[in-house]
Amino acid sequence: MGTETVNLLDTELRALNDRLHHLDLSKDPSHFVVEEPRGKHNIACGLTDEIVVDIKGHAGYYCAGMNQRATLTIHGNCGIGVAENMMSGTVRVEGSASQSAGATGNGGLLIVNGNAAARCGISMKGIDIVVRGSVGHLSAFMAQAGNLVVCGDAGDSLGDSIYEAKLFVAGSVKSLGADCIEKEMRPEHLKTVGALLERAGIDDVDPASFKRYGSARKLYNFDIDNADKY
Amino acid sequence: MSTNENGMRESDLFDRATIHEIQRAAREGMYSIRGFGAKRKLPHFDDLLFLGASMSRYPLEGYREKCDTDVILGSRFAKKPIHLKIPITIAGMSFGALSANAKEALGRGATAVGTSTTTGDGGMTPEERLSSKHLVYQILPSRYGMNPDDLRKADALEIVVGQGAKPGGGGMLLGQKISDRVAEMRTLPAGIDQRSACRHPDWTGPDDLTIKINELREITDWEKPIYVKVGATRTYYDTMLAVKSGADVIVVDGMQGGTGATQDIFIEHVGIPTLPAVRLAVEALQEMDMHRKVQLIISGGIRNGADVAKAMAMGADAVAIGTGALIALGCNSPEHEEEYQKMGTSAGFYDQYQAGQDPAGITTQDEKLGARLDPELGGRRLANYLRTMTLEAQTLARACGKSHIRNLEPEDLVATTLESAAMAKIPLCGTSWYPGCDQGTF
Ligand SMILES: Cc1cc2nc3c(=O)[nH]c(=O)nc-3n(C[C@H](O)[C@H](O)[C@H](O)COP(=O)(O)O)c2cc1C
Repeated sequence: MGTETVNLLDTELRALNDRLHHLDLSKDPSHFVVEEPRGKHNIACGLTDEIVVDIKGHAGYYCAGMNQRATLTIHGNCGIGVAENMMSGTVRVEGSASQSAGATGNGGLLIVNGNAAARCGISMKGIDIVVRGSVGHLSAFMAQAGNLVVCGDAGDSLGDSIYEAKLFVAGSVKSLGADCIEKEMRPEHLKTVGALLERAGIDDVDPASFKRYGSARKLYNFDIDNADKY
Repeated sequence: MSTNENGMRESDLFDRATIHEIQRAAREGMYSIRGFGAKRKLPHFDDLLFLGASMSRYPLEGYREKCDTDVILGSRFAKKPIHLKIPITIAGMSFGALSANAKEALGRGATAVGTSTTTGDGGMTPEERLSSKHLVYQILPSRYGMNPDDLRKADALEIVVGQGAKPGGGGMLLGQKISDRVAEMRTLPAGIDQRSACRHPDWTGPDDLTIKINELREITDWEKPIYVKVGATRTYYDTMLAVKSGADVIVVDGMQGGTGATQDIFIEHVGIPTLPAVRLAVEALQEMDMHRKVQLIISGGIRNGADVAKAMAMGADAVAIGTGALIALGCNSPEHEEEYQKMGTSAGFYDQYQAGQDPAGITTQDEKLGARLDPELGGRRLANYLRTMTLEAQTLARACGKSHIRNLEPEDLVATTLESAAMAKIPLCGTSWYPGCDQGTF
């Protein structure tokens, strides 16, 4: 195990990422602490090893982008596209996340302890996202697969043009997007939500308080009589 | 304007194609979606001519003297730029739009002549990675099939902002082409229409794009050239913004550029032709002192060595081809006439790439149809076509006295029409003037 601390005030971002991309886990530490991130972009993106990274402050755009296997915690807020296109691993944001959190993610778990702005989970392809607070407009736009769990409210046009992703919201939904409808919350969905809340360390929100939203599948194949719905 | 045997005049406005389209729309209640590129007549490279050597210029011996063709792409920031033997690359065409055999054939043909091929919407197939020496990996708004392992396997990355056939439009792969394999690669159910978004999900403007490009560079340890592809519209500004965003290479695709499936109305009515687009992109690069430092790839209607040579004389570093490559593989071949007839079309007119019933096995996901295309033979044909184009371009360059195709220059060209002179800013032949030029004489 062992911990290595990297201070971004005196280490270039390139050097940090290069180090994290070329680890020999038989001798290198598997826990990294990044100090003074000061909103820098692209911190710890493209990780491939099963390591733990603690970012002690705010991060800029695309933090933990395309993550594979690593577990990262941002002890602050983060900019656009946190954990974008993540494949596996876990990314936790202790503060709030800007737009497009978890965009196009294929796998792994993204937890946002605060709120997430617009387009959270846009085009998600299998990632699980748990947001303790609320999400902004056009969240889960064209979402293909995976689960988005929102303990607070959702903004306008939730799940617009959604495919097969499952959306769970405990609070209010300002409006649903094209082809997105409320669906029955069956026992298996309660189980899914319960398990995700547990993995996110959230024990004070009841899975039974969520409503489920998903695709009406009416726009899956073009039909001219649906033209006014586009 | 055409007249029939009884001397009746056909309307120029409501010609047969227009009447046919109105009847089709009334019957089907759906706009026409098709493949191929724009069919309308537009100013193009055919409207330019080379001057050739003369008393004041010295030609090179056609069959003997060296005329180099290589090009290096990505020298601005990438640790590992791509070195191609010829300046004709294969444009991005998705697995999904094309069969696996077609993708493999493109890889084989391109590799045989030392050039690159490009993935497309839907990700990278193992066949194309295996068959392509130089493979460019597209990053599109949909991010279908996008994953960091393939990103690292690629030789260059291409961020697609737009395509000449549909600048401002997303993609569409109709349900009939969504086989189980395509569906799995794109994480979607089989058989449903797949829309590809028109906007990137995680960046919105050039400032964000700068950071996005840096992310891709960080993930790939600054090794790979990063291209930015735009459909030709506001090309001067788009080129400048792409340079500012940190692109190594800019790909400008004119409105004649082919497509796998787009609304006909989009193909024919959005964007600007390739000819003015080349000139605008080169002007922007020169203005920024980035010409030849950031390389320019031009596509959209490149058919032969003359098109290649003219694009390069206007300042492009390389070109990309889509439709021409598919035709070389056997698309629209008279061999399939009987089957084309059954579909109500004919060799030379076939543009139904979206329908997935291509008798040549190229734009299909039907296994039986796809198996008709032998990737080795297809690769061989593509290599022949690429070699021929290269020889043609060299012939023209030598006639102009150039020992490298890249040394061709605008001064080697004249325009045959006012439109092309104005768009390319190349003098009308017999004059030293083009519209808008305040010094030349008419
Ligand atoms: C069948 C087909 C599929 C295409 N798929 C893509 C694609 O996935 N991504 C992209 O950027 N361009 C795509 N294009 C456009 C080409 O990359 C290229 O811009 C165009 O074909 C160039 O013009 P040309 O066909 O006149 O050579 C496609 C074109 C065709 C013909």
